[in-house]
Amino acid sequence: MSRVGWIRLAVLAIAIGLLELCCRLGLIDQRVVIPPSEMAVALVRLLISGEANEQIVRTFGIVLLAALISVVAGFALGAVIHALPRVRQSLDPFFATYYAVPIFIFYPVMIVIFGLSAIPIVLMGVATAIVAMIIATLNGLDRVPQVLAKVARVHRMGAIATALRLKLPAAAPHLFTGVKLAVSYAFIGVIASEFILAPAGLGRVISDAYTDFNNRQMYALMLLLIIVATIVNMFLHVVDQRWAERRGIAKP
Amino acid sequence: MTTAAADADIHAALSGVTRVYPETIATPPVHALGPLDLELKRGEFFAVVGPSGCGKSTLLEVLAGLQQPTAGTVMFEGRTVSGKVPDGIGVVFQEDASFPWMTVWDNAAFGLRRNGVATAEIRRRVDDALAFMGLTEFARAYPAQLSGGMRQRVCISRTLVLQPRLILLDEPFGALDAQTRLLMGDEVLRLWRRTGATVLLITHALDEAAMLSDRIGAMSARPGRFLDIVVTGWSRERDSKIVSEPQFGEITGRLWEDLRGESLKSLGHPGMAAG
Repeated sequence: MSRVGWIRLAVLAIAIGLLELCCRLGLIDQRVVIPPSEMAVALVRLLISGEANEQIVRTFGIVLLAALISVVAGFALGAVIHALPRVRQSLDPFFATYYAVPIFIFYPVMIVIFGLSAIPIVLMGVATAIVAMIIATLNGLDRVPQVLAKVARVHRMGAIATALRLKLPAAAPHLFTGVKLAVSYAFIGVIASEFILAPAGLGRVISDAYTDFNNRQMYALMLLLIIVATIVNMFLHVVDQRWAERRGIAKP
Repeated sequence: MTTAAADADIHAALSGVTRVYPETIATPPVHALGPLDLELKRGEFFAVVGPSGCGKSTLLEVLAGLQQPTAGTVMFEGRTVSGKVPDGIGVVFQEDASFPWMTVWDNAAFGLRRNGVATAEIRRRVDDALAFMGLTEFARAYPAQLSGGMRQRVCISRTLVLQPRLILLDEPFGALDAQTRLLMGDEVLRLWRRTGATVLLITHALDEAAMLSDRIGAMSARPGRFLDIVVTGWSRERDSKIVSEPQFGEITGRLWEDLRGESLKSLGHPGMAAG
């Protein structure tokens, strides 16, 4: 691991250690926050008991589905909008202000239309994530050097070959930024929707545990979400860094 | 020389070529080039110099088939060039056109793979081109790991492996420092001698044009037309050492005489041209 990586790990360990200490010394009431070590023990017990497995699979399945739809549809829509400058001009203000609007206000409408099922949650995940992918696609395609189009013509490449063999790889770093954002936003959209109103899922279980003052279960599942989201993001970050290093655009 | 022999000696030609960029929402129509005539002899090294914005790159793109002329005809090896880049023409651009997601070797092999050339032949030609351009030890490197000059050599290698008969160089060393440009010039001369290809070089550097070329076309400010064609008289075996010869100074002096007024015009100071 790099020096920066060790420092990062040390900062995290110190933060967890401080929280543990504050809880143990009574500076933080354990009825409000349990020590991180107890959160970990509660999580292990919960996983061994299999009590929440169905909810875990359901929630992460929905997150995966929402992220996949957002990435694929976001890329396709981004590519189409990029090819239609007038459409893009008209949509640009909406993209610029999209995340200023609290998207969750539409969640009740989706429940009315689709019922209390997984569909509104998937749609909320997609609604939260897709615009990040569209914007990343537009940004990526904007940054494809114009000279590549000339190179394609010199090699007598058609439109599809140019798009797949040159434009797509050239735009890939920006597209991958979109993928990272889409995955993160899908997590937020799905968990938050489940938290507000859902028949099942981790968000719902956390919400129930909160209502029932079941701190151990609540913090165990929160810890699980943090661990999974961190692992997924770290994995995407490592892949991104490897590509960036190869292209000489890695951030220190 | 008979007419047929003279025709066979003409590798590419532009006759009465004009290029006008049509009006857009933001800009009026721009008359960029011509009318202009040019005949490139088979195997010669021809450079085009001129003030910024005089249409040098437009001339190259029209000759390559990347742009359609508004009027006039473009011929390459006896055939009209229209809308497509003909087989046998290779272009090296000013901008870094290497593919950052491919290794140097894969960059060089790109065109051959596109053309479905046999693997063994690809290996032979790419290894040969990389050795010629001094890139063998960087074959597995990515463009980001190379200097600007080396990346430009990668692009030249990618063109070279396709064995073009007409090589068009659009200010390929524009982004490099003066010393590197001189050395790259030597490499281009070696390449030209070895391939026997006809070379058209677009450049804003008078010394580069004077050192590399058999003939130099000096262009006017926009719309670009040839004001003067300077024959350098260098031997085919020349290299960058000729910059110290008196004739080199005479050539660059004549080019500057041709271009000084035009350059001032392009800067918006026509009145100073007489001074």
